[in-house]
Amino acid sequence: MDLLSIVLVIVYLMVTGYLGYLGYRQTKTAADYLVAGRSANPIIMALSYGATFISTSAIVGFGGAAAGLGMGVLWLTVLNISVGIFVAFTFLGNPTRRMGHHLDAHTFPELIAKRYDSRLLQVLCALIIFCFMPLYAMAVMVGGAEFIGPIFHISYDAALYIFAVIVAAYVIAGGLKGVMLTDALQGAIMLVGMVILLAATYGRLGGPTEAHAALGAMADQVPGALKAIGHRGWTAMPAFGFAAAGLGPKDGGVAYHMWWTLVSTIVLGVGIGVLAQPQLVVRFMTVKSKQSLNRAAAAGGIFILCMTGVAFTVGALSNVYFAQQETLACRIVDDAVLLDPGPDGKGKLAPVAADAADEVKARAKRFVSFRMADEGPDAPLSYAMWTDKTEIVRGADGQADALRPHLIAALRSVGPGTPLAGNTDTIIPRYVRSAMPRWFGVLFLLTLLSAAMSTMSSQFHTMGTALGRDVFEQFRGQGHGTKSILVTRVAIIVGIVVALVLGKYVRGNIIALATAIFFGLCASSFLPMFVLGLFWKRMNKAAALASLGVGFLTSAFWLLFVHGKTAAGLGLCKAWLGRDNLIVDAQGLTLPNWSLTWTVVDPIVVALPLSLLTAVVVALVTRPPAPAHVAYVFGGPKPNA
Amino acid sequence: MTVLGIEDPGVWLAYVLSLAGAALCVGYGLANWNKGEEPKKE
Repeated sequence: MDLLSIVLVIVYLMVTGYLGYLGYRQTKTAADYLVAGRSANPIIMALSYGATFISTSAIVGFGGAAAGLGMGVLWLTVLNISVGIFVAFTFLGNPTRRMGHHLDAHTFPELIAKRYDSRLLQVLCALIIFCFMPLYAMAVMVGGAEFIGPIFHISYDAALYIFAVIVAAYVIAGGLKGVMLTDALQGAIMLVGMVILLAATYGRLGGPTEAHAALGAMADQVPGALKAIGHRGWTAMPAFGFAAAGLGPKDGGVAYHMWWTLVSTIVLGVGIGVLAQPQLVVRFMTVKSKQSLNRAAAAGGIFILCMTGVAFTVGALSNVYFAQQETLACRIVDDAVLLDPGPDGKGKLAPVAADAADEVKARAKRFVSFRMADEGPDAPLSYAMWTDKTEIVRGADGQADALRPHLIAALRSVGPGTPLAGNTDTIIPRYVRSAMPRWFGVLFLLTLLSAAMSTMSSQFHTMGTALGRDVFEQFRGQGHGTKSILVTRVAIIVGIVVALVLGKYVRGNIIALATAIFFGLCASSFLPMFVLGLFWKRMNKAAALASLGVGFLTSAFWLLFVHGKTAAGLGLCKAWLGRDNLIVDAQGLTLPNWSLTWTVVDPIVVALPLSLLTAVVVALVTRPPAPAHVAYVFGGPKPNA
Repeated sequence: MTVLGIEDPGVWLAYVLSLAGAALCVGYGLANWNKGEEPKKE
């Protein structure tokens, strides 16, 4: 870390702190703290919406996922723009703004509660947000810590703590005004950083057409393990289908896993889930007219294209750089280090002791260990997997060695502590450190700091208001405004601690999955009652409660008992029924009447349609809401007022 | 048919639609730049 980098980071943090202080000074009412006074500038609102929407999770987590899955991830960009911006701003934004203003709602749960005249709904929504948003906050924090730790030569844990404290300080003080002002600065930095990243990547690879063609020509380098799950190259969609019932992993039962992971979890889970993100819905309530939303839509479309479009394209193209161009000026320490992936080949790689059994040495993989030429002898070792394509040119007379690993991105991320499949969360940071000039590394550091802080600030704000405004005030009555702000601040701290604990213990290929789970859960639980509540006067309290219950419980059931990765990770199915999920038996064999593909189908594919169907059916078979209340909700005078 | 060096229509379509989506947002925003302004006391 050189002096210029340190100075730039300090200046950035000081400006961020000043904007947070400005928000603190401008916060005079509860509405200022909760919805930025309902008079936000449209461009600030658009940048704030975009910067909150796009976090390190999108850039590092999903960018890394694109390095593994290929450019098909761009379908998420299509949904991000067409649904997350166009539909959100042109169809949902104004009704949300109008209803939020008219009903005097300050938070998403409060909007739902006042639409349906139900405190129970407000408390349930708030509890779901408060309990599950730390999962998403954890994903964002991990994304930042993976990049910042190595740059500052501090531990991953220390990077997590520093991160959380800085963001918490200005959220607790400045409320949503502070959050939105800092978001706007951070959004502008992100825009510059990502545009340069795309231009530099295309420039290095000979232009868009040449770069894409070079990536397409690498289809023969797809590892066998990825081919088995449907990978057909980085410029092709994965194989589509649904495995026949009873087939095991070695009989073709996993042949379509990649398509379903890409489309159901990454594209649909996040692409649709964005519409029901509480911290984004609140943004619509911060502007004073539809005109502001119209103007914000223009800025939002460009912003999202430059964020996710760039991250996913560069993530996929990093394969061309790593496989064909990467040359490391380094000092090679050992060109035959052995790392053991464990008896089943799926464990985390660990160094092999000199006196290890022959069996361990036989299954171990060979790596090259090295330090970069500009690193001191005490710097931690870096590793690159050895293949028959690896090139080493020894430097003469004390000159640096040259190492050309010729590995695809996912394999380049393999090293001690990762499985043989690698850790895709580290690919984008590694690409920037290796392929980009040092000055860009500093700009990208600020880009990631901005992306993480702008999203975390809203997550913390939303978690805090969920407990303070939506739970505490409901039980203590509206007259406790001062205390509820205090409870909000305490809740922010509790939420941060939970996210930190999760981030400390859950690491590796987790960012995209954790984000998709939270987005999917929000969509299944909140989306039908939110959208139908805006447009359908027949939609009533019973239907909203039923839809919330069905959406949430179906998602939870699917995550705990069917979805392979989460069910195995959470362990409830194993503890209760003695098997990893409901599709396999105790020996891990696929049940005869079930397809193994079900274990990679995202909960949103099942839970959202069920939740929507429940809402419509219950609304039609139960009593319509009181006409006076409906008239009030859609702009009329308050009943009995 | 190859578009921008990408052969699979499932992928180049996503690339093109991303650009088209952003253009749609900009077009909509500019076309309605001065529309939708509204003043209420309550």
